[in-house]
Amino acid sequence: MTPHMLTRSLDRSATIFLAVVAACGILIPLSNLLLPVGSFLQVPTYLVALWGKYVCYAILALAIDLIWGYCGILSLGHGAFFALGGYAMGMYLMRQIGTRGVYGNPILPDFMVFLNWQKLPWYWYGFDMFWFAALMVLVVPGLLAFCFGWLAFRSRVTGVYLSIITQAMTYALLLAFFRNDFGFGGNNGLTDFKDILGFNVQAEGTRAALFALSCLALIIGFLICRAIVSSKLGKVLIAVRDAESRTRFLGYRVESYKLFVFTVSACMAGVAGALYVPQVGIINPSEFAPGNSIEAVIWVAVGGRGTLVGAALGAVVVNYAKTFFTSGVLAPYWLFMLGALFILVTLLLPKGIVGTFNAWWDSSKEKRTATSVSAAAEDGVTEPKMMAE
Amino acid sequence: MPAHLSARLCSLALALFLIAFALPAFAGPFEDAVAKFANDDFSDTEEAIGVVAGSGNKLAFPIISALQDGRLMADPDSKKVYVTGADGKSIDAATGEAVASVPDSASAVRLNNRLRRSVDAALGSLTLQSPDVGTRLQAAQSVFKSHEETALEAVEAALAKESNRSVKAALGEARAAILLFKSDATEVEKLEAVATLKARGDQEALALLTGMGDQPASVTKAAASAIGSIQNSLAVWSMVQNAWYGLSLGSVLLLAAIGLAITFGVMGVINMAHGEMVMLGAYTTFVVQEVIRSRYPGLFDYSLLIAVPLAFLVAGAIGVLIERSIIRFLYGRPLETLLATWGLSLVLQQAVRTMFGPTNREVGNPSWMSGAFELGQITITYNRLWILLFTLAVFAILLAMLRYTALGLEMRAVTQNRRMAASMGIATSRVDALTFGLGSGIAGIAGVALSQIDNVSPNLGQSYIIDSFMVVVFGGVGNLWGTLVGAFTLGIANKFLEPVAGAVLGKIAILVLIILFIQKRPRGLFALKGRAVEA
Amino acid sequence: MNVMDTRATSAMLYLDGVHVSFDGFHAINNLSLTLEPGEMRAIIGPNGAGKTTMMDIITGKTKPDEGTVLFDGVTDLTRLDETRIAELGIGRKFQKPTVFESQTVQDNLLLALNVDHSVRGTLFWRGSKAESERIDKVLETIRLTEARNRLAGSLSHGQKQWLEIGMLLAQDPKLLLVDEPVAGMTDVETHLTAELLKEINRTHTVMVVEHDMTFVRELGVKVTCLHEGTVLAEGTIDQVSSNERVIEVYLGR
Repeated sequence: MTPHMLTRSLDRSATIFLAVVAACGILIPLSNLLLPVGSFLQVPTYLVALWGKYVCYAILALAIDLIWGYCGILSLGHGAFFALGGYAMGMYLMRQIGTRGVYGNPILPDFMVFLNWQKLPWYWYGFDMFWFAALMVLVVPGLLAFCFGWLAFRSRVTGVYLSIITQAMTYALLLAFFRNDFGFGGNNGLTDFKDILGFNVQAEGTRAALFALSCLALIIGFLICRAIVSSKLGKVLIAVRDAESRTRFLGYRVESYKLFVFTVSACMAGVAGALYVPQVGIINPSEFAPGNSIEAVIWVAVGGRGTLVGAALGAVVVNYAKTFFTSGVLAPYWLFMLGALFILVTLLLPKGIVGTFNAWWDSSKEKRTATSVSAAAEDGVTEPKMMAE
Repeated sequence: MPAHLSARLCSLALALFLIAFALPAFAGPFEDAVAKFANDDFSDTEEAIGVVAGSGNKLAFPIISALQDGRLMADPDSKKVYVTGADGKSIDAATGEAVASVPDSASAVRLNNRLRRSVDAALGSLTLQSPDVGTRLQAAQSVFKSHEETALEAVEAALAKESNRSVKAALGEARAAILLFKSDATEVEKLEAVATLKARGDQEALALLTGMGDQPASVTKAAASAIGSIQNSLAVWSMVQNAWYGLSLGSVLLLAAIGLAITFGVMGVINMAHGEMVMLGAYTTFVVQEVIRSRYPGLFDYSLLIAVPLAFLVAGAIGVLIERSIIRFLYGRPLETLLATWGLSLVLQQAVRTMFGPTNREVGNPSWMSGAFELGQITITYNRLWILLFTLAVFAILLAMLRYTALGLEMRAVTQNRRMAASMGIATSRVDALTFGLGSGIAGIAGVALSQIDNVSPNLGQSYIIDSFMVVVFGGVGNLWGTLVGAFTLGIANKFLEPVAGAVLGKIAILVLIILFIQKRPRGLFALKGRAVEA
Repeated sequence: MNVMDTRATSAMLYLDGVHVSFDGFHAINNLSLTLEPGEMRAIIGPNGAGKTTMMDIITGKTKPDEGTVLFDGVTDLTRLDETRIAELGIGRKFQKPTVFESQTVQDNLLLALNVDHSVRGTLFWRGSKAESERIDKVLETIRLTEARNRLAGSLSHGQKQWLEIGMLLAQDPKLLLVDEPVAGMTDVETHLTAELLKEINRTHTVMVVEHDMTFVRELGVKVTCLHEGTVLAEGTIDQVSSNERVIEVYLGR
């Protein structure tokens, strides 16, 4: 990434967003670790873990927004990439348990001993090394997305067809991971983790560090997305979204663009999943459920698709609401609210929170420029135009 | 045999006996044998069963069936044996005289598994000459299974008198089974027996032939060839069985997808709440049955006939409501429609969960839908058969409706060229609402049928939605015949893959195959071609 | 080996015996047509004559059932996809103006420039002086310099038509296929468009599909009339418009 790509990609809302995430990433862990427990400003550990989860969801939302908001690819299977990244990390964490498992087998995870397996399946090799697992977090979702995308985009499967087959993909994986003989712990999944890189996953310090890392990953993910969408490639993506066949007639190989951005997006989702697993302490096949993937799409819609800040914001807002409502007396009504959210956002707020705000800001700015021509001229120079939806 | 039936038979036999044989009986082999039940010794009991069953005494049936039900009481002190009837009255087993009460020291004659088989076989031969055809057939079949040598005489006696064709065949098979295992049967008899079993040609005949033990060389040879031919025919039948299961699954898929073929295929509206329309249809059936159970129990057999139009109306009305309140604002924005209708599906599921609870609700099969019949070597259940026929009927009606009615004509006009249709005076928005209502209503009807074979729970629709979309996409959007072919192809492919790969892997394989298929033909099996498609 | 030897024809575009049918409907029926380098050709014909389908075939959107389609004498277009054909140098303006509505006029032209179109090339693209000069020049030609920062979606219908022609210019193809460029334009705009196309024709081969006979007459080029997927008449505008069959099926008496 060249420096000019970075500077070009930053506008005001992006800068504010990065500052807020960076501040959270630094201040929340510090407050959790340094301030006395129970003091007014101390963030309790359970909240650090909860917010860490939100940050991972925000990365997933960014990944979805990159392909949906900018390239018009609505994936209803991004939960699969998230879960695959999570499983790669989970496999590393399982191998770290070693002899501390219930059966005390140094090599085999408990569920394999329970199933009477004699040796480790070949696809578990290497996951005792962190670097290998970390690589797989990127490679496995990326490779699946590449193969899937190569087949789908080359034969021009678009629109709802693509959405449906991505959903079928995650559904097929759901069925597969539920099977015991698939070798990933069946419907219990992977859990009872002990260490990550030698640190206790339950420890406050580790949790704080994981939270900080998640924030860092969100910042890096945001910068990558920003660099992509503000490059000329970003313009091509929007062209594909708005008039795919026109873009082809201009001589762009549309399938390559889609494949590129789909694979990048899947890798990001994988990273989000990998950070998610040690913070929640479990990964099981329900992460592949089609419902999860669609729910992630609605985060993006709520926040505002085609605005990266909005996607991240939407993930946090919707999940905060979910935590808030499902823990109280309103729990039976949460699904009504979530369902209503899907309907109302698509009907009444198609641009999402941030998109609507941007539109309002732009129009009110126009009104201001009408009264002050000189100010408008300055504005026009200093403010690069926001990417339109 | 159901308990209440055998109890009734017992008391009937008991009454007959009391009228006809109210004479004191003399001690003979029968009475001695009966007394042996009191010895509490399994081999004595077995001997007693053999003698009693072969005695021809009218008391034999009540005794043996009482033995089977644990109603045969024996007093070890007096060596007296009693039969207690279901009505609480008792008789002396040896004489048939009524007794006031069974002594406290008497206890039920015990059985072990081997004895239970003897009891079954004995009862089988005892009922071989029952006046009821069904009972005779059952008896012959039970003799066939047990192939006890002791039953041979009874079988041959029955065979001589039998006039019913199927009972006669069953008796012949029973005789063959006995002869095959009878050590002193002649070679000719055994060869005949093998031929009879070969003609029967099912799993059980195969089991008898493979497990017949040492036999003369010619019999072994004949048996080997019979085994080969049975195995071949069984393989063919298992293909037929798979094909039937496939057709049955295909009909379920078609039923679930047919409404979607209208809303998605014809209108281009992607309705993720389609599965919930199916679910609502199933719950309509549940409510109809509940009302019938509590108010008009006699109408239970008609419950589905009442539920079908109701489910169509309920789901159809909700469909129209959805179209008017949500979907019409989203035409031309398929991805948004997808999200909004997904939200709707969450709301509908949760609403049903709140009203009816999260657990499965009981929906019964009317009598004409329960049970099964044999076709060659396969069993066809009535509910699956009815669903297949029902699905085809719905399909035919829908096709006719689209082709011959005014609404069908308007629907086709609107979907082919909305602006032109509007300018010709068709109220397009009314047609949209009705089309969507029709698709939803058909989903509701599907729910009635699916309630007969699936669990009725708020998640019912979820399990069909992906499959339904696969069927429509595979068959080719906008083509009802494609949906038909797609559903049956997927159903049959699934059932043929299942024995090879297992149910889950088979399903995964199908999903993967469809994904690959869509690469080759992105617009499905029966795709429309031309300029209009891309527009 | 001399390239000239392998050329099957000297024509820029050569169609011979092309057939296409959609579900039994013969959209193109034994169509043969030749376009010489540097020529401008006007295609007329009633609706459903196969004009747009012919363009679909040339640009790779539709594959013919049989027939030969050669570009520049050597390249068989029936075996290539849209992207490859565009890269070879065939540009197309659609019947319904299709511009990237949510992007600025300037960005529309930037996307059309015939520079590196690979993923890597666009990801690491940084504008050059030559590129912006070319864009400036095109903007001037299509009279949209003032509107360069406006969203293409906010342009008037005629302006969109021009922007699309501008995109063709930026693409700088050897052969331009222009489908109904003056539909919905005022007389003045129509006149200006005719001038613009004639200007473009100095350096490019052009095929124009148009219903507006005044416009076709103004272009003053060879005219081909299509009917039911085949060539009905060919020649000057006067020859074609006096042809009995053309009058019968298309122009009317």
